[in-house]
Amino acid sequence: MKTEWDVVVIGAGPAGLTAATEAAGLGLDTLVVDEQPAPGGQIYRSVEAVHTRRTKDAALLGPDYGHGLDLVRRFRDANIPYWPETGVWQVTEDGELGITRAGEAGLLKARRIIAAAGAQERPVPIPGWTLPGVMGAGGAQVLFKSAGMIPRGRTVIAGTGPLVLLVAGQLSDAGAEIAAVLDTVTQADYHMAAGHLFSALKASDYVLKGLAMMVKLRRRGIPVHAGVRAVSVTGSDRAAGVAYTDPKGTTHSLAADTVLLHDGVVPSTQLTRQLDCTHGWHHTQRYWYPVTDAWGTTSCETLAVAGDCAGITGAKAAEASGRLAALDTATRLGRLSAVNRERRAMALLAFQRRHTAVRPLLDQLYQPRLSLPAGTPDDTILCRCEEVTAGAIRAAVADGCLGPNQLKAFTRCGMGPCQGRMCGLSVAELIAAERRVPVMQVGYYRIRPPIKPVTLGALAAMAPTAPAPPDPLDT
Amino acid sequence: MFRARHDTPPEDGVTVTIDGHDVTVPPDTSVAAAALLAGLDHVRTTPVSGTPRAPYCMMGICFDCLMEIDGVPNRQACLEIVRPGMTVRRQDGARSLGAAP
Repeated sequence: MKTEWDVVVIGAGPAGLTAATEAAGLGLDTLVVDEQPAPGGQIYRSVEAVHTRRTKDAALLGPDYGHGLDLVRRFRDANIPYWPETGVWQVTEDGELGITRAGEAGLLKARRIIAAAGAQERPVPIPGWTLPGVMGAGGAQVLFKSAGMIPRGRTVIAGTGPLVLLVAGQLSDAGAEIAAVLDTVTQADYHMAAGHLFSALKASDYVLKGLAMMVKLRRRGIPVHAGVRAVSVTGSDRAAGVAYTDPKGTTHSLAADTVLLHDGVVPSTQLTRQLDCTHGWHHTQRYWYPVTDAWGTTSCETLAVAGDCAGITGAKAAEASGRLAALDTATRLGRLSAVNRERRAMALLAFQRRHTAVRPLLDQLYQPRLSLPAGTPDDTILCRCEEVTAGAIRAAVADGCLGPNQLKAFTRCGMGPCQGRMCGLSVAELIAAERRVPVMQVGYYRIRPPIKPVTLGALAAMAPTAPAPPDPLDT
Repeated sequence: MFRARHDTPPEDGVTVTIDGHDVTVPPDTSVAAAALLAGLDHVRTTPVSGTPRAPYCMMGICFDCLMEIDGVPNRQACLEIVRPGMTVRRQDGARSLGAAP
């Protein structure tokens, strides 16, 4: 295993692929490590396989998905070292990476790390969300992209965001029975968001695509219930239906075999949290993001972030941010003059501006409302791993618990295998609501390595990179 | 819970054993997807309360798809790709220490 690299890129989605292609093109010795078996990230998941072996599915997924093939081909053509199915369990300030690959652990050394870890769907702690039969809408889309799978039986999709409409349309095209879409967006949200329409017109293609998706659902006769609140999943051992309240306050229930939830996406911050980078709070979309300069450099200079893990800007903007991070890396490593970095960045920044112009509109319109931590019923689970309920957290706060880290000692919340990935956001918001203080004051879990599972056996078998320090008791 | 749009003939697919049942799935399918195709409604029961759980995020975040794969427990089934002859088991409650080979 080659262990020393100029740049290690974590992630092979749009930001990771463009970062690696740009860095390698500038003469940097570049490695890409990715958790998935094939390049593309979640947005272009399995794009090579779909376009070679499953052309019928490719037609359903459309040209936006097909664009991923161009990125992947450019990356493949560049012959950049690429390790799929590789997990990163630690990064350090001096550029060391702990990885697992084919069951073995190892340490890599990079002069610079570019994290393109992407986004995850916002966890939505609502009653019944832990039942079998409930899944993220993005998760269901992954099953379609990666394995041509569609939900069986009556499927209800609930939540907000462009992905809700997209997944409803795609799964319906693919033959799934979409019984209803429960949309949390209200009339008032449309009025509020209209203020951003002018800037969004710079990226009017996004707005038109959104409208086309709505028209498609209407043509197919899929009922879209707007302005819903208090969504819950019913059933004892598995999902049997969904209950919700309409804007007039009337409660309805629907039978469902599969329930897909989606409340937007949030940056994956496990890596930047593990490095204790400075994070900010996005007030409209209610998520944490690592604070960076224009090139993606975090408060830890060894680490740059690119794509959605730096803040949600979408797949196209991610391409530009990956290349910007690579340009700056080349300058820092003495391969590109600052003048040339600026010169090459001009077009990328313009591209990025065009593709982020629609964000203020989307952020305002699609605010996460499926789960509003302050209103979560007491018996609803927030921490899926340790099964800690909202009520247990409220009780801990009443007993004097001030923040997420102290909450671990009170309740074991956040101490299960997902290491807070599924509860971190809602726990911080719930504690903040109970204490009546801003979320920034409550903070986040302290994330410690290993951030992915690694066996003791793999660690013990790892080749040492440096001689062991002398044992102080020996002298 | 989920079905495949297209059947996979045995010669084109990978056959794995999930909870004692052989299932043939396309190559590159994750173990979690294969478990859903095999008809498993849940892939584990929780260590805390013993309630059933199924894969939720399908992208390595939620750890709800933990299964025993080829004798090793607590594997993220959504991140493991099927290999011919793989043996996968549902994981009930907490895994026991020393279960790994």
